[in-house]
Amino acid sequence: MLAVVLAAVAVAFFALPLVGLLWRMPWSRVWEVLSSRAVGRALQLSVTTSLLAAAISMVFGVPLAWMLARVGFPGRSVVRALSTLSMVLPAVVGGVALFFSFGRRGLFGQYLDEWFGIRLPFSTAGVVVAQVFVAMPFLVLSVESALRQLDSRLEDAARTLGGSRWYVFRRVTLPAIRPGLVAGAVLAWSRALGEFGATVTFAGNLPGRTQTMPLATYLALESDPEAALVLSLLLIAVSFAVLLGLRDRWLGQARTPASKDAASVDGTASAVAT
Amino acid sequence: MRRAPSVLLLGAAALAAMATSCSGDSGGGDRVTLEVFAASSLTDAMWEIGEAYRETHPNTTLRFNFAGSASLVAQVNEGAPADVLVPADLQSAERLDAGIVGTSEVLTTNTLTIIVERGNPQSIDSLDDLARPGLAVVLAAPDVPIGKYAQEVLDKAGVVVSPSSLEASAKAVVTKVVLGEADAGIVYTTDVIAAGDTAVGVVIPEQQNVQATYAVVVPREAEHPDEAATFIAFLRGPQAQAILNKFGFGR
Repeated sequence: MLAVVLAAVAVAFFALPLVGLLWRMPWSRVWEVLSSRAVGRALQLSVTTSLLAAAISMVFGVPLAWMLARVGFPGRSVVRALSTLSMVLPAVVGGVALFFSFGRRGLFGQYLDEWFGIRLPFSTAGVVVAQVFVAMPFLVLSVESALRQLDSRLEDAARTLGGSRWYVFRRVTLPAIRPGLVAGAVLAWSRALGEFGATVTFAGNLPGRTQTMPLATYLALESDPEAALVLSLLLIAVSFAVLLGLRDRWLGQARTPASKDAASVDGTASAVAT
Repeated sequence: MRRAPSVLLLGAAALAAMATSCSGDSGGGDRVTLEVFAASSLTDAMWEIGEAYRETHPNTTLRFNFAGSASLVAQVNEGAPADVLVPADLQSAERLDAGIVGTSEVLTTNTLTIIVERGNPQSIDSLDDLARPGLAVVLAAPDVPIGKYAQEVLDKAGVVVSPSSLEASAKAVVTKVVLGEADAGIVYTTDVIAAGDTAVGVVIPEQQNVQATYAVVVPREAEHPDEAATFIAFLRGPQAQAILNKFGFGR
């Protein structure tokens, strides 16, 4: 019963701030705030950049997770610590680091500017970079964990049956780690969506180009706190909807160990045979 | 089980430490903690004024809270304890829900200046130069007073600027310029002086410039209105005003 009480306190901890927010919501102004051009642009920018950041995190993060889980190379623990470092760092610190490395006068940024004319700060690309920096660790961690739990004998069996490495990865490994991959992608996406500290430090704040929803909300707090309330509600609603919707559909389909083995072996055989 | 006592001791010590640090007013004597909420641009000047005040008023501890003026007003409206409020404009005090004690007084003024990197590599001489294509100009967001003032100045001069970013504070603008990320910005004269050698100020002529007026008020729900009044008298007195002048205010 103690567990129930403690759990209830935990739920209250999360729910009460939201209740407080709804209590103070200026309902009569909701439409006016949401339909303003600035909010539309901020929302569109936030959604686009965060999805892009999640996608980039997957493209580069899955191979990294694979290396960390399956390949024993020297310095592996250092690489793992490095890849998850930004998860532990305050976002602003990440932003400062990005600024001094990729800013116009940064160690690498100055060459990006001189040779390619690429300026990351003050650009939408900079926003995506900041978001990938903070979000990718979530994906790497989740996928690595899923890969570790996967019985590599399934993949070995598929290989001996004649499947190529890429084929096996695509038809055996990926489907098996799907819950972990989706969970990681969703976490990475939501972290990217809510990213503030690194974005404001590195990419700046300009409506339409670099002003994401969190930034717009922060500034609204300065001049129009009621608008900030409405924007907060919007962000919460969007995040909540996605997290709620995806969880059941994708993560709830994790199979039990016994049936997993049987089904996987069948799946492996049939996948390779076709 | 053996570890429990030491953990409890540690916890008790931590709680005791927190309790003593929180009890600003209790304890012997007439010690009073005055909460002063001031605009960020006043940071350095206020610290020095605080030191001077402590010499003549040892029983008063000044606790400063620096933030954007609108933030400060919002905090007070949400119940944050402020004995003295010093916003960077005259309108902010009117947005206090509970009102003020007495009337609003003018504390000092500030003007705006263009800030550029040390050495002025882009050879910026006037507001017109800010409209030069390819220049990375950073302003403060119009949500904060300095951002509004900067826009007023640009409108007065008839210059149209496409900023690269609208920062959340004047200090952030200074940082971006000093670190070379932006070519120029518009900030308070006091910010340029505070930046010292790391930046160069380009004067904005008086006819294009705007004067920011700092008000000083006592919010209605101040806990120590009398001590607040004493501090405000000090702020408007010669010693504090000299300090403010030193930092670039009231010129």
